[in-house]
Amino acid sequence: MSILLSSQSKVLVQGLTGREGTFHAEQMKAYGTNLVAGVSPGKGGTTHLGVPIFDTVAQAKGETGAEVSGIFVPAPFAADAIMEAAAAGIGLIVCITEGIPLYDMVRARAFVEDAGVKLIGPNCPGLVTAGQAKVGIIPNHINHEGSVGIVSRSGTLTYEVIQGLSQAGLGQTTSVGIGGDPILGMSFSEVLRLFKADAATRVVVMIGEIGGSDEEAAAESVIGRDYGKPVIGFISGRTAPPGKRMGHAGAIISGNTGTASSKVQALTRAGAEICDTIEEVVAAAGAAVDQPSSAAHR
Amino acid sequence: MKFLEYQVKERFRAAGIPVPDGRLARNPDEAALAAGALGSVVVKAQVPTGGRGKAGGIKLAGTPLDAKRAAAEILGMTIKGYPVREVWCETSQEILRELYLGLTLDRDARKPVLILSARGGMDIEEVAQTHPETIAKLHPDPWRGPLAFEVRDLIFRAGLGPLQAQLTPLVSKLYALGRTYDALTIEINPLALTRDGGLVAADGKLEIDENAMFRHKDLHGADESDEDPMEAEAKRRKLTYVRLDGAIGVIGNGAGLVMNTLDLVEREGGHAADFLDIGGGAKAEVVHSALELLAGDPRVKGILINIFGGITRGDEVAHGIIDATRDLDLKLPLVVRMTGTREEEGRRLLKEAGIPPEASASAAARKIVELAATGTGRPAAAS
Repeated sequence: MSILLSSQSKVLVQGLTGREGTFHAEQMKAYGTNLVAGVSPGKGGTTHLGVPIFDTVAQAKGETGAEVSGIFVPAPFAADAIMEAAAAGIGLIVCITEGIPLYDMVRARAFVEDAGVKLIGPNCPGLVTAGQAKVGIIPNHINHEGSVGIVSRSGTLTYEVIQGLSQAGLGQTTSVGIGGDPILGMSFSEVLRLFKADAATRVVVMIGEIGGSDEEAAAESVIGRDYGKPVIGFISGRTAPPGKRMGHAGAIISGNTGTASSKVQALTRAGAEICDTIEEVVAAAGAAVDQPSSAAHR
Repeated sequence: MKFLEYQVKERFRAAGIPVPDGRLARNPDEAALAAGALGSVVVKAQVPTGGRGKAGGIKLAGTPLDAKRAAAEILGMTIKGYPVREVWCETSQEILRELYLGLTLDRDARKPVLILSARGGMDIEEVAQTHPETIAKLHPDPWRGPLAFEVRDLIFRAGLGPLQAQLTPLVSKLYALGRTYDALTIEINPLALTRDGGLVAADGKLEIDENAMFRHKDLHGADESDEDPMEAEAKRRKLTYVRLDGAIGVIGNGAGLVMNTLDLVEREGGHAADFLDIGGGAKAEVVHSALELLAGDPRVKGILINIFGGITRGDEVAHGIIDATRDLDLKLPLVVRMTGTREEEGRRLLKEAGIPPEASASAAARKIVELAATGTGRPAAAS
């Protein structure tokens, strides 16, 4: 069991023929991902990395039955790529691209919502179901099968956690990097709910960072409400100075939420165990895997 | 990219948002000329930051001579690190009431949000905290924008019903302008209700989404480089850099990882000199450039590089580090921690070059704090 992605999932890559698309799709295949197609407008009919290339996502889906898309196209075209995948009925869209204009993302996000499909990212490392499949850029060799679910806003810090857990003999079910942009697809709350329903996931590690209030929302609406599984939390950026900003609109909207202490407090109140370092996260996850029921009711 | 007040007002005027008449002055004589043409004026420092009034950067001037004196005082001031090079002289307004109108992105709602308040002015953030009921918000559909009836509803909720006829087109114009410029934030504060019953944008702010700059290559905003020469140099090198107050230079890939590295340095008793994120997929040249930047900062007594490769490849990073230490003849203590994609090759290259990588981020942080405190940090004079 796992969430969102398995070895059966048929995966296509938008931007497969590009430099990054090629490099990471090769890694995805090597990990066991069922890569069925690539989409590169103008290159339809060719073959790359042993899979057929299509001009459009709709063609690729029609011909191969692809149900997941990984997006590796440059930022100016990425929001359009997300919407193309959503319009074609791709159920899970994973956008790795960083630097997408925020108004493009606001629109793409609304489009995805209307289409009723799931989006992970953008500006994210993607996801891995350990031992089965990967969409994105998480290094292959750090993942090991087990019972810890990971959800994170960071990219590279997610790898730190996965590697730390694996080295301690604590495998993972699925590791999901939801991305660091202000406008995202899936939230902490949505991924946490999926882990709650996944029998194989016994402990969840949640890696947040300063800014926004997604962590606070997850604490209140999910973790604090009979979550039933231990949640180990970590917030990065605790010593970062407050961001430089101009104008009042951001502060009017966010008020006092978004600080590290606001997140730590909300998560602690909801019953999550908050750690100071990645090493402590690993130790706490180890203890929780051994004793999941007691940790759930601390 | 941020804009100065007068640059924002030029755009307001072009979009049909009323602004006071004004002129730009680069010296006291130009300010006197402006006052001669406009009458009683407000002389305002043009810097890309708030709090100008409290810093003494805004003065009333009734006559050309007053304007000349005010400009002479304000020009040459430094406000929050920004030297004042220009003043904006505009007709002073008889303000009955100050409103607030702004557009930004609400990351929690994942939508744009229009904000309107009858209690605008300098204390708007405090008002938002203490009297949130006086702040009305509208999340327009990002595809069709705010519809007229939605805007009217916003205005009534803000308690500004009597101004509805004037305000409705203003809200729509501000939204359109924000969208045109890919604005992260665009605001009119205060939006002044004047004695003659008109609404006028007495001050304005505009900040454009850096991600969207490829659509706005023709724009030239405020020069934000005045504040810090290191940040300006980093910008020229296209590096994501924030200056901090410590002595440990930190380079990493990924915002979360760099923030965590800062936290680790702090935990070991050190203080980071910067936040420098080389981003995903960094090539050897970027690593080289980042190291060169930090090596040129006399405050830096040691450099910590923390790389976890996803898109970024270990061998590329190793090549960048090795070339930079050789080219720059780097004498500062340097500690590298590297893992992830192509880590074996990267680590091997580093070992061969005499820069053995550390096993963990915590160990690397401990080591650089130790080396920077006791090690071969260059004397302060050498830079």
